[in-house]
Amino acid sequence: MKAITWHGKHDVRCETVDDPEILNPRDAVIRVTSTAICGSDLHLYDGYIPSLKPGDVLGHEFMGEVVEAGSASTLRPGQRVVVPFTISCGRCYHCSKQQYSGCENGNPADKQDMGRELYGQPMAGLFGYSHLTGGYSGGQAEYVRVPFSDFGPLVIPDDSIDDDKVLFLTDILPTGWMAAENAGIEPGDTVAVWGCGPVGLFAVQSAFLMGAERVIAIDHFHHRLELARRFGAETIDFEQSKVYEALQDMTGGIGPDASIDCVGLEAHGAFADNIWDQIKVSTLLGTDRGHVIRQVILATRKGGRISMPGVYGGVLDKFPLGALMQKGLTLRTGQTHVQRYLRPLYTAIAEGKIDSTFLISHRLPLDQGPEGYRKFHDEQDTCTKIVLKPGLEALSA
Amino acid sequence: MKQEQLSETVERDDAPITAARDIHPDRTLVAESVTISRSAQDLYDFWRNPANLVQVLENLVSIEVRDRHRSLWTVKAPGGNEVSWESVVTKEEPGREIYWQSAEGADVANSGRITFADAGDRGTVVRAVIAYSPPGGAIGRTIARLFQREPRLQTRRDLHRFKQLMEAGEIATSARNRRQRDERNEDQALAEKRT
Ligand SMILES: NC(=O)c1ccc[n+]([C@@H]2O[C@H](COP(=O)([O-])OP(=O)(O)OC[C@H]3O[C@@H](n4cnc5c(N)ncnc54)[C@H](O)[C@@H]3O)[C@@H](O)[C@H]2O)c1
Ligand SMILES: [Zn+2]
Ligand SMILES: [Zn+2]
Repeated sequence: MKAITWHGKHDVRCETVDDPEILNPRDAVIRVTSTAICGSDLHLYDGYIPSLKPGDVLGHEFMGEVVEAGSASTLRPGQRVVVPFTISCGRCYHCSKQQYSGCENGNPADKQDMGRELYGQPMAGLFGYSHLTGGYSGGQAEYVRVPFSDFGPLVIPDDSIDDDKVLFLTDILPTGWMAAENAGIEPGDTVAVWGCGPVGLFAVQSAFLMGAERVIAIDHFHHRLELARRFGAETIDFEQSKVYEALQDMTGGIGPDASIDCVGLEAHGAFADNIWDQIKVSTLLGTDRGHVIRQVILATRKGGRISMPGVYGGVLDKFPLGALMQKGLTLRTGQTHVQRYLRPLYTAIAEGKIDSTFLISHRLPLDQGPEGYRKFHDEQDTCTKIVLKPGLEALSA
Repeated sequence: MKQEQLSETVERDDAPITAARDIHPDRTLVAESVTISRSAQDLYDFWRNPANLVQVLENLVSIEVRDRHRSLWTVKAPGGNEVSWESVVTKEEPGREIYWQSAEGADVANSGRITFADAGDRGTVVRAVIAYSPPGGAIGRTIARLFQREPRLQTRRDLHRFKQLMEAGEIATSARNRRQRDERNEDQALAEKRT
């Protein structure tokens, strides 16, 4: 089959690799019909996440048609499914608490050592996201092996709802939703959202749905800020305006009640701390660039809440822990517990309460995946979300 | 009365002895625990049947049952070798614990216990404690490497495979297909040979 494989920093390729097979009873094999490139994939593309191996198949946002089901799978060939990026068993303690991204049962025991070393406990298995999270082949491919297929995937019974509408249930829509949930939004709140990528834009929509009175969206890409504005957000372009000053003034000197970091470890901008972090990362003295989370902590009002869906991987210097404590802030974060949100968000999409297709700027055949990565990386402003369609080759050829 | 109790000097804290700073954690005593969302009886029953353990314990090649208490264990050793010894269950309480000891003459004398403690809603805490004496002499050294090379890591991985099988019904593999699974196993065997 054809698949997008990782070979090093800024080197992804479309290659022919051998097909997946059923290995465990709960497995299914899916023929991928749509798969997206995520901001999280850019962290891999830029070489920020350790423990990828050349040839690893990328992709954690995918959906498709079941072609084969293991003896303990509840799926049937022909069914259309959306697959969460978290590989969760549905039966352990963490799963019983709906903390699905804490499930260890999908991460092979010999892959758990590094997570334990780095984070104190091993991570869940994730598709196409390094060997820290299991080393699974991802879904930017024609076919993919899906473990725990009786628990994770959501069957889309309605053929009239096309892929574009439900694809983002795999990750970024639940991520934006959980980000807003983690911000503990109360009616009347002003919520500040850093980053207007897919996650940020879904966080903006979710924050309004949860009762925020005002949402202030921050980025430097005008097209992306414009999309946020379309959902009712006010905007700050961090190249035009000083973010901290603007936020204090726009909130009557109090600061936003809740803040959401939808940027993560690759903050843009020529700010002193950001440049310092970049030097540290490039000389291996640090791993993460924390400009945004620092700014978030300083800007948020006393007693306020911070939600951090943005991905961080390691350690960070000059983290304003004192401000977090002195101001009595709450910080919530985590890989998204996708399975928790699949059904309710599917309903919200089907009822037209959430717009999920506006994001897609490009639809490309799978073999143009490497071009897709380059575009999503270099032309972020207008390139808001790229969906790869295996099978489109044949149509365009 | 209360006063008196408080004034007593406490010799040791309440942490397990295997976490003590004054013993080398990876040398002769290893303890690892895992919480599994199944009843203690289920887990005990599974563990007590030697035929079940081959899929869970990574380095185990076979267990040959001699009688209710004695069995011959064969495990993989570095360099493609195998080591065997006779293991004797010295004490057991169904549904609660199993104690074992290697019979006299084992290349790596070892003993240990595995306990299954009820943990309410969370299921059962399974805890393995293993003690072993590194053998003397040059021949013993190769064999000992198997036990000394991260024995704690090995124990932990084995307990987590046990957890996966008992909770999820299968042991996780991230291989894409059979070929990749075999390749990864070979890679691991090669890496083991090199160490
Ligand atoms: N928690 C999870 O489970 C989860 C899931 C998906 C994605 N993520 C993470 O969420 C983050 C966003 O994902 P995405 O797909 O939207 O990525 P993206 O790269 O498309 O968007 C990031 C946006 O942040 C903006 N930005 C950069 N520096 C900024 C700054 N200093 N101030 C304000 N905005 C700034 C960029 O211009 C860009 O528009 C990433 O870190 C991604 O890894 C987390
Ligand atoms: Zn994603
Ligand atoms: Zn689980």
